[in-house]
Amino acid sequence: MAELYEELGLTSEEYDSICEILGREPNKVELGMYSLMWSEHCSYKSSKLVLKMLPTTMPHVILGPGENAGIVDIGGGYAVAFKMESHNHPSAVEPYQGAATGIGGIVRDIFTMGARPILCVDPLRFGDPSNPRTRYLVKGVVAGIAGYGNCLGIPTVAGDLYFHPCYEENPLVNVMCLGIMRTSDIIKGVATGVGNAVILIGNRTGRDGIGGASVLASQEFDERSAEKRPSVQVGDPFTEKLLIEACLELLKGGLLVGLQDLGAAGISCACSETASRGHVGMEVHVDRVPLREEMEPFEIMISESQERMLAVAEPEKVDQVLEVCHRWGLNAVVIGQVIEGNRLVGYWYGEKVFDVPVDSLAHGPTYRREARKPAYLDEVQSFDPSTIKHPSDCNQLLLQMISSPNLCSRRYIYEQYDHMIQLNTVIYPGSDAAVIRIKGTSKGLAVTCDGNGRYVYLDPYLGTQIAVAEAARNIIASGGVPLAITDCLNFGNPEKPEIFWQFTESVRGLADAARALEMPVVSGNVSFYNETYGEAIHPTPVVGMVGLIGTISNRRSIAFPQDDLLVVLLGQTFSELGGSEYLFYIHGITAGNPPSIDMDVAKRIHATCIEGIRRGLILSAHDCSEGGLGVALLECCMAGMIGAEIEVETDLEPQEWLFSESQSRFVVTVQKSKLELIDELAKRRRIPYSVLGKTGGNRLRINDWVDLDVGEAFQVWDQALEKILS
Amino acid sequence: MKFGVVIFPGSNCDMDSFYVIKEVLKEEVEYIWHQDTDLEGFDCIILPGGFSYGDYLRCGAIARFSPVMSAVRDFASKGGLVIGICNGFQILLEAGMLPGAMLRNTSLRFICKFVNVRVENDQTPWTNHAHKGMVLRIPIAHNEGNYTADEETIRRLEGEGRVILRYCDEKGEVTPESNPNGAMQNIAGICNREFNVFGLMPHPERSSEDILGSTDGKVIWDSVVEYLNQKA
Repeated sequence: MAELYEELGLTSEEYDSICEILGREPNKVELGMYSLMWSEHCSYKSSKLVLKMLPTTMPHVILGPGENAGIVDIGGGYAVAFKMESHNHPSAVEPYQGAATGIGGIVRDIFTMGARPILCVDPLRFGDPSNPRTRYLVKGVVAGIAGYGNCLGIPTVAGDLYFHPCYEENPLVNVMCLGIMRTSDIIKGVATGVGNAVILIGNRTGRDGIGGASVLASQEFDERSAEKRPSVQVGDPFTEKLLIEACLELLKGGLLVGLQDLGAAGISCACSETASRGHVGMEVHVDRVPLREEMEPFEIMISESQERMLAVAEPEKVDQVLEVCHRWGLNAVVIGQVIEGNRLVGYWYGEKVFDVPVDSLAHGPTYRREARKPAYLDEVQSFDPSTIKHPSDCNQLLLQMISSPNLCSRRYIYEQYDHMIQLNTVIYPGSDAAVIRIKGTSKGLAVTCDGNGRYVYLDPYLGTQIAVAEAARNIIASGGVPLAITDCLNFGNPEKPEIFWQFTESVRGLADAARALEMPVVSGNVSFYNETYGEAIHPTPVVGMVGLIGTISNRRSIAFPQDDLLVVLLGQTFSELGGSEYLFYIHGITAGNPPSIDMDVAKRIHATCIEGIRRGLILSAHDCSEGGLGVALLECCMAGMIGAEIEVETDLEPQEWLFSESQSRFVVTVQKSKLELIDELAKRRRIPYSVLGKTGGNRLRINDWVDLDVGEAFQVWDQALEKILS
Repeated sequence: MKFGVVIFPGSNCDMDSFYVIKEVLKEEVEYIWHQDTDLEGFDCIILPGGFSYGDYLRCGAIARFSPVMSAVRDFASKGGLVIGICNGFQILLEAGMLPGAMLRNTSLRFICKFVNVRVENDQTPWTNHAHKGMVLRIPIAHNEGNYTADEETIRRLEGEGRVILRYCDEKGEVTPESNPNGAMQNIAGICNREFNVFGLMPHPERSSEDILGSTDGKVIWDSVVEYLNQKA
């Protein structure tokens, strides 16, 4: 066994502790199960102590972290379930299938709770696009998301995309899914009731994805990574679509006690987690599992074959359950039952092949890792952006900025996703947040994701706070009030103290920002070991946020809606070029301090924007972030094909004014007659604001710095990504 | 009047079509399971968009063998209205109820966006509320919408006024740039000889409410309702 446990990714201490739990050496099946369940990916053994910092409870939280997805009450008898996950390593090895099965996994997490999935959001990070391999990865990942998500009929309505050389070999493919349900329809992944049947539904089990969670997701990359391709699962969206419909029908009919999807660690995980949550034991007849090929019990228990669900039902309802599944053309087989006690016991044609305490599998070890501040930080933070020499032609600079891979239009990507199906999308991709109406009500949801890895690399605590604040601004600019957060925390190897310090600081930033803005973190995912040849990615926490729009007619887009409106900046611009897109793209520098953020000021500015929209004073709103005010103004123009005349007085250099990424700013439009009311609002909340100019014409003019034809700028911005990727 | 929306395994615009008929048109509508064969009492059958059987073979190639399809064929032969949207259009082509075939989009990518289509014939059950030359803004969402047929078929379609919708620009000009998928003659929708079977790639159900950015798709639904009312 000695060589085997190492090969499976367990340490010798972990092996010893398994022996202690069992009072004997594990057999091969048991060892396989423990190796998966105790992997970083499944057990959160390095992260779970740190994650305790996060605020997870508030009155509207129905279900916080620990289940398949978090659930939040949105009033009127409705709730939303949502979660974000990563499929980074599978996508690096096999971009199409890696990304596709990432969608499949997160979607199952949502309908497992009884919610109908109504949208997906896809945050992506890739290396330098001038590298052909990056372009291959982007195209494969996007095609995989499209291929799977479009087939399911779940619109992909938002996402974000950054390029930086640190993601060259290790792209980030995160995906968030959100579902809606009646609060009365919530079901949990719990097995209860001794004697109840355990039913496996969906695809046959095969050898694909063996060891995905341990070998792929919980190890760094090196030259042998391509050999790991057999660990990537293969997606079958058609079967997943049938699973969604069949499971929702089963739940609606009240036929199930519990439901759990099969993801990482396959049957081992689904059985041990459901039994552990229900404080029961479970008996599994491994020989009854429908197979695609001849397999050993060891492989069957840990296979990560996709599109499978585990259901628990009372014996008298089993026939009905099977009937529904069969009508949808799905396999459904009773593979075991809930038993007394606390052990997960497996049989292979009557012979016992494993017998382990449920909790020992479901709750792996916990590690308190060493954290040490990385040496690079002092050096990068000591960089002073005021020492750089600015190119003088601001017109040219602004055009360059909007054609940068990180700022240009994402149309090339989102047009490949069906973002309209289900007839709910009322603000399309390309605005600050996507907005979804909730049929049968006057409400809507705003959804976004944010996470600037450069900021977090330069200051993990501050950078993560900014991610939360930016997401909140995106929700607010779209007319929503932020409700709750899900996250995907992408980091390097946690066994390295410097990486673990980044992780700890980042989670502290997330916790503090969420508390300051009064939002719970209801679900999430940690992805460690994002390293290649010992080089880690930028620490990249991605924040997914959901906001509620009380009255859907209060939704806002970034587009300037008409001529002759005042363009107003809520907030203030400082000389803050550290970590900016301008420094990175124009000067090739990733250094400096990210922009500062005062959460108290942020809160007051957010409240002002919320009230201004609710009272109909603010007609369009745009969060001002990456690329700065210059880019934000041009984006508002291009979205509405309306120009603007901007006249400002400032002590800043033009380039600083245009491209500083100061926080807590919104570009909004108001009618001249309503300026007084905005002034009142701002004074009451003690926030800085300024009138920048007015909308109209077909050019954007800013002092004597910028004079651009909006239509021509649009062509540059709109076509850039396709050119970059071809 | 009663509409029926067929559910094939893998259909995913079934609920959208159902919603529009029920909540926007306020007409009666029922789902029809792909194994059902009784279409008694229906006036218009909708084959919705989606990925029937995953589209793992050619799009629509397996769905055409569903038991419901022989019933749909009978229903059409008796003059019943049948509309196939997107995957539904592909199924009608595979079933031979409309001529021609679909190739992959020339870009080789899935495309989801609003396009403009021009109404070429306003004397059909599907377009009597429109007028010839009218430009409709309706979304497409497909991977295989590149309509193709042999020369003779195209000539017949054109000659008999059976090309109902054609991709065009905002002004109604039929140009190569306004063709999103490479379809021959910019064809977006065609009818059978009797004009009671209509296949189209754009999704009228996605543009039937103001809040979704266009109500141009409703012209098609209103035409059907008008036609059925007059017939009754």
